[in-house]
Amino acid sequence: MKLTGADILVRTLIEQGCKTVFGYPGGQILNVYDSLYKYGDEITHVLAAHEQGAAHAADGYARSTGKVGVVIATSGPGATNLVTGIATAMLDSVPLVAITGNVGSDSIGRDSFQEIDITGVTLPITKHNYFVGSVEELADTLREAFRIASSGRPGPVLVDVPKNVQISSCEYEPLPPALPDEKFAAKDIRVEQAAELINSSVRPYVYVGGGVISAGAYDEAIALAETIDAPIGCSLMGISAVPTKNPRFLGMQGMHGHYASSVAFSESDCIIALGGRFNDRVTGDREKFNEKKHIVHIDVDGSELGKNVTVEVGLRGDLKLTLEKLIKLLSKKHLPAWQARIGELKAVESQYSCDKGGLNPHTAMYALNEFLGENTAVATDVGQHQMWAAQDLSFSKPRRFISSGGLGTMGFGMGAAIGAAIGSGERSVLVTGDGSFGMNLNELATAVSYRVPLVVLIMNNGVLGMVRQWQTLFFGKRYSNTVLARKTDFTALAKAFGAEGERAETLGELKSALYHAFSYDGAYVIDCAVDKDEMVFPMVPPGASVENLILK
Amino acid sequence: MKRYTVAVLVKNEYGVLNRVTSMFRRRRFNILALTVSETETPELSRITVLFDGDDGNEEQLVNQLYKLPDVKSIKELHSDDSVSAELLLIKVKNGDGVGEGILRAAANAFDAKIVDYTKETVIMQMTGERDRIDAFIDLMRGFEILEICRTGIVSLERGEVTIRKVTNI
Ligand SMILES: Cc1ncc(C[n+]2csc(CCOP(=O)(O)OP(=O)(O)O)c2C)c(N)n1
Ligand SMILES: [Mg+2]
Repeated sequence: MKLTGADILVRTLIEQGCKTVFGYPGGQILNVYDSLYKYGDEITHVLAAHEQGAAHAADGYARSTGKVGVVIATSGPGATNLVTGIATAMLDSVPLVAITGNVGSDSIGRDSFQEIDITGVTLPITKHNYFVGSVEELADTLREAFRIASSGRPGPVLVDVPKNVQISSCEYEPLPPALPDEKFAAKDIRVEQAAELINSSVRPYVYVGGGVISAGAYDEAIALAETIDAPIGCSLMGISAVPTKNPRFLGMQGMHGHYASSVAFSESDCIIALGGRFNDRVTGDREKFNEKKHIVHIDVDGSELGKNVTVEVGLRGDLKLTLEKLIKLLSKKHLPAWQARIGELKAVESQYSCDKGGLNPHTAMYALNEFLGENTAVATDVGQHQMWAAQDLSFSKPRRFISSGGLGTMGFGMGAAIGAAIGSGERSVLVTGDGSFGMNLNELATAVSYRVPLVVLIMNNGVLGMVRQWQTLFFGKRYSNTVLARKTDFTALAKAFGAEGERAETLGELKSALYHAFSYDGAYVIDCAVDKDEMVFPMVPPGASVENLILK
Repeated sequence: MKRYTVAVLVKNEYGVLNRVTSMFRRRRFNILALTVSETETPELSRITVLFDGDDGNEEQLVNQLYKLPDVKSIKELHSDDSVSAELLLIKVKNGDGVGEGILRAAANAFDAKIVDYTKETVIMQMTGERDRIDAFIDLMRGFEILEICRTGIVSLERGEVTIRKVTNI
């Protein structure tokens, strides 16, 4: 059948299995919005308050469902507003297809109204991008975009569609959804080398990164740890891959990781890294980190092997398939000495756990835990509150902790939580800070318009806490521009947006606020008081190693 | 620091060169020479890059290049098992025939051809390996060099091997 480019674009999205898209209209994408109107029975468009929010929502949708998230924006400012969202998805390897309109091909290169070279702008922050030259290429380009976004190590792909391509027509035949590239296990020889190294280790540690979630290799990661009697730790991106309550799970390690997890990570003689990338927040001092330990690194992206740390054996391949092969070659271990040491570390850690009465960041997180269902996704923003959530929240299913790890994007959470709620069809939670919330709180309007069940927990310390913590520790308490002391009344603000809200200053008030929020049909904002001097501990100072760990 | 020659086989489409060189820019590699040309297949072009870097960075660069969907194959070329050449055009002052004999002798010795001759200037053309071209330019410094333009190297491996036979990593 003969269709216009705009119709083909929307039909191809539907053909690719996409039921919900996020975005914001404008002049150079109007034809596509007209087609969205026409095919509204088959595809829902969620109108955000800002393109950044729309991009984060598509990202949160993708993280919570594992499907490709789609965001649509107009040319010029619409497209540039996507940039932070695309970069966030890039650094956390999230499958995202961003579609932008552009001025007609005739007007390209003339600095026409709202013309931006968005493929140029997004070159380093996309896995790939396209400028669609003709309507005949459109459907296949979109299919290719879905394939690339979801293949191997996932990532964002941008497709820029000039106005004339949206208007012209050509034949369109629907095709089945594009399949990701075929998965492959790492080479036998590498698997054998890895097995040999692991079999000879006495203090193995399974380190779970975000790749375990992308690859769905949860069971294999646990089976690996069971076979070799190893503890499991994770990076920020690996949270929720393994149930928090799994007895082998020590929690996140790294700069603000759990004590036992970070120390065991550093004392281990063999780290088996699964889909992580040894970011500086994970390793601290890179040289020190590499001493006296072997690393077996499995990743679908070969360029990660040896990028940040020296690895003994690097295995390029799909995690699930590779682990299946690897586990068969491993001898069953029983390591009482190592387990005893881990027991000691856990005992030290529990002395520092902050379960003391009254409202503090930890008791707030524990209170929240009581309300989280197994399907509740928790998104965060960036700062101290993010670390408290990462340390203290409990998850039993993967894809339930949604946080900007690689880019550390303040303002990510609001859109992401909305996207996660829409994706999972369940109430989601946003744990945010007063600073971060201020960045994209306009999306409360979106949550209200679409009646998204959402609990927003603002850990309100009146400061840019994480930056201020660094000023406290490393800049002689010179609090340059980190004290907000704003007069914003978050409860009134929530109500102004058509949401509900309340303030909580004691633990009791927080619990009752959470009760109200979790029984409310819509968006509910809790303004939770947090002392400005609360800090995130443990902390490995930037560039230092575990020996310099600050516990309190 | 080491000197590398890397050949990259890419899709013959607009913007691909930009994607490839952007990887060098991000790692702050200075490209010393670059050639782009069509190949035996119209769909593919070949980029040959000469640059300085250290081993770890070079490996990262190659790994990252492999991830570009437009990149089909990459090969690092070594002087001991590959042939490479570069084309030079050099314009020097003629000096009213003074020293012209020396100029012609030098050109002869380096197999350079005089392709333009006026009373004031001479343009010579020469192909050869990079080192030889460097040597010839050095020699020409004795005259007044007005302008130099060189193409950057093209390079092929000796024998049966071709870049297409290389699979990813
Ligand atoms: C967009 C953006 N700008 C700046 C930063 C730097 N930054 C990291 S944490 C932080 C403070 C966050 O404050 P808040 O949201 O109130 O969280 P808190 O640390 O107080 O819990 C800042 C400014 C960032 N990560 N992202
Ligand atoms: Mg704050």
